[in-house]
Amino acid sequence: MIKKEKNDFATYYDNSSAKKRQKGGTIVSYIVLIILSIIWVFPIFLLILTSFREEPGSFTPYFLPKGYTLDNYIRLFTETDQFYYGKWFMNTLFVAIITCIISTFFVLSVSYTMSRLRFKMRKPLMNIALILGMFPAFMSMIAVYYILKGFGITQSLAALILVYSCSSGLGFYIAKGFFDTVPKSFDEAAILDGATRWQVFWKITIPMSKPIIIYTILMSFMGPWVDFIFASVIMGDKYENYTIALGLFKMLEREFISTYYTRFAAGGVLVSIPIAILFIATQKFYVSGITSGAVKG
Amino acid sequence: MTSIDFFFLPWYKKVFIKLGNFFKALGKGLFGFILAIPKGIWMLIKNIGLFFLGLGKTFARGDFATKISFVIMGFGSIVRKQFIKGLLFLSVEIGYFYYMVKTGWNDMLGLKSLGTKQQGWAFDEELGIEILQDGDNSMKFLLFGILSVMVTIAFVTFWRISISSAYETQLIKKKGGKVNNFIDDVKDFFDQKLYKTLLFLPITGVLLFTILPLIYMISIAFTNYDSVHQPPGNLFSWVGIKNFKVMFSSNSVLGSTFFPILIWTIIWAVVATFGNYILGMLLAMLINKKDIKFKAFWRTIFVLSIAVPQFVSLLLMRNLLNNDGAINMLLLDLGLITEKIRFLSDPLLAKFTIVLVNFWVGIPYSMLITTGILMNIPADLYESARIDGASPYVMFKKITLPYMLFVTAPYLITQFIGNLNNFNIIYLLSGGGPSNLDYYQAGHTDLLVTWLYKLTVNSKDYNYASTIGIIVFVLSAVFSLITYRNSKSYNNEEEFQ
Repeated sequence: MIKKEKNDFATYYDNSSAKKRQKGGTIVSYIVLIILSIIWVFPIFLLILTSFREEPGSFTPYFLPKGYTLDNYIRLFTETDQFYYGKWFMNTLFVAIITCIISTFFVLSVSYTMSRLRFKMRKPLMNIALILGMFPAFMSMIAVYYILKGFGITQSLAALILVYSCSSGLGFYIAKGFFDTVPKSFDEAAILDGATRWQVFWKITIPMSKPIIIYTILMSFMGPWVDFIFASVIMGDKYENYTIALGLFKMLEREFISTYYTRFAAGGVLVSIPIAILFIATQKFYVSGITSGAVKG
Repeated sequence: MTSIDFFFLPWYKKVFIKLGNFFKALGKGLFGFILAIPKGIWMLIKNIGLFFLGLGKTFARGDFATKISFVIMGFGSIVRKQFIKGLLFLSVEIGYFYYMVKTGWNDMLGLKSLGTKQQGWAFDEELGIEILQDGDNSMKFLLFGILSVMVTIAFVTFWRISISSAYETQLIKKKGGKVNNFIDDVKDFFDQKLYKTLLFLPITGVLLFTILPLIYMISIAFTNYDSVHQPPGNLFSWVGIKNFKVMFSSNSVLGSTFFPILIWTIIWAVVATFGNYILGMLLAMLINKKDIKFKAFWRTIFVLSIAVPQFVSLLLMRNLLNNDGAINMLLLDLGLITEKIRFLSDPLLAKFTIVLVNFWVGIPYSMLITTGILMNIPADLYESARIDGASPYVMFKKITLPYMLFVTAPYLITQFIGNLNNFNIIYLLSGGGPSNLDYYQAGHTDLLVTWLYKLTVNSKDYNYASTIGIIVFVLSAVFSLITYRNSKSYNNEEEFQ
């Protein structure tokens, strides 16, 4: 072991070979990166390719499409006898916006409370939240459905909003980690000057927490766009109230897949564009959200 | 043993020691979990004791108005001119008793039997014929029973608050201080009691949409609510821990499904978590290399795959990897293979395919997360290691990995638990298939959660589904206890602020 390391030492400091090795290393790195990029982009490329494919059907006995067309995109919005893509888009947007407002408010209040305010039940509540988070979410799916039925609001968008936003208060850990890093001295100074706790929260902490607010908004906004399980349990067969994810999922069911596969691809491209733009534009906040929580714990 | 002693041990002894440490940690985690249960129960008993003790003291020291408040909520407040507060308390009491008389009390009694009258044909004396009679719906009995218990607990909490409020004002009056009027109280909720204001709505939401359903489903794990006992046609009843016995016995078909799935779930979670983590870190290091240009461009390429919603990319992958899918077609066209590869229909290959696709999904995430932290590692650590002649592999093992593990431990735990419960990738990609005839309602690649889903949606064996849910919970709890409890950030929370 030790002998071998000495060998490495010697070769490393033999200058000429080290330079060569480095140059070779760079080329190898580029080649690896290019191969990996192709693997990662390939499915997305295929998605786009399929969305422009002229001939329908999920499987073709050849790789490249025979003809290209915009028809898949146009028919997504014009043919509404079975599926209502345009309506689904608006549904999802509506649900996402309301959910986003409610859950951002919930998450920020809970995380601020747990980070800054001190009261008897603080630790127990945090532990309970931790414990609740360890139960698989699907376990309570059926019970949630019956509760919504009790309210008489199954198969409606309101039910979806309730399900997405009501439990959001449990996801406070990352935002709490962020608030923990905001210096406490600001609060103390403000309280000495006679500010109430609410004013400290609203006028001092919130304006200083832009990254975490954007992260929270982003996460809660994206939830409804990608969930299809709860949506499918709640909506059943009421097609006009579907969200995008559920609708696209439905298109690939056995009875629809052969006619709708290319349109699924087109719909997938359309829904991916806004999500991708949002994500890429805010990835820096996403990372700082996760890591500020991670560094702190 | 010091680390130097460890360093000079032969490799197989190192493996032994590492394995030993792993099992020690596992045992500790299990032990901690088992210990946490009686501790929790003890805390509960202690708190109930303290609750009554406080109540007794208040009653003994309270004056006439406070004592009346024990029966008529808000009386103490009204006597001391806090009209709105008092009336609010009173209306809570009236509302509660109205609810109890109307349905609550019967609901609570129904919890014990979960219904006795089965739906069926009964002879109607007046009409002289047999008619279909509505039976009791056990499911509703259970749900409303739990709801009534929760409402009662909430009421008791309010009752306690009203009593202490009455007692406090009594003390203030005695001292000759100024009693808060309603506006003062409201102001207080935005200052000293801000936590109550901020937590009220989130906690209500969680109670209604997380805790109530969860208690309901946990209760179902102790009933026989399976495909045979479906309300409203049939009743179900309490069976104790029978479902767990069935699940853990190797003779039953459920047991012989459960153990292979459990093992696959754990293998999957370990491989998926650490594979993604380390490979993502390597990718991040590759892009971070000094002589690589266009770093932002490379990162964006990989991030693109995160940005496409999972249900789109995974459903697409399912079609690509199908026996007649594009990948097989491409490979056939290129002449690389002569026979179609059964990516998702061969039991063993399907598992590998899923793990690989999961790398495709997960590596960009961990690349994104680790990039920034990697750049924070002090450069002089590497410099001095290089001067000491460490190879890149040694530097990765001795500097990068320990540093990263230390900093991102909580992220890893969340990832691990997330992977134990990784529903999307299995459900969208293979749907748990290829199906296995030896399993009950499950296929070769099913995880515990997807099996839970299938038991819920396909066969309506809610009791077994709930049993699995509880087992998954125990798994997650044990694994997180191993690490959380020992982590510095958990124990010394205040130090960081």
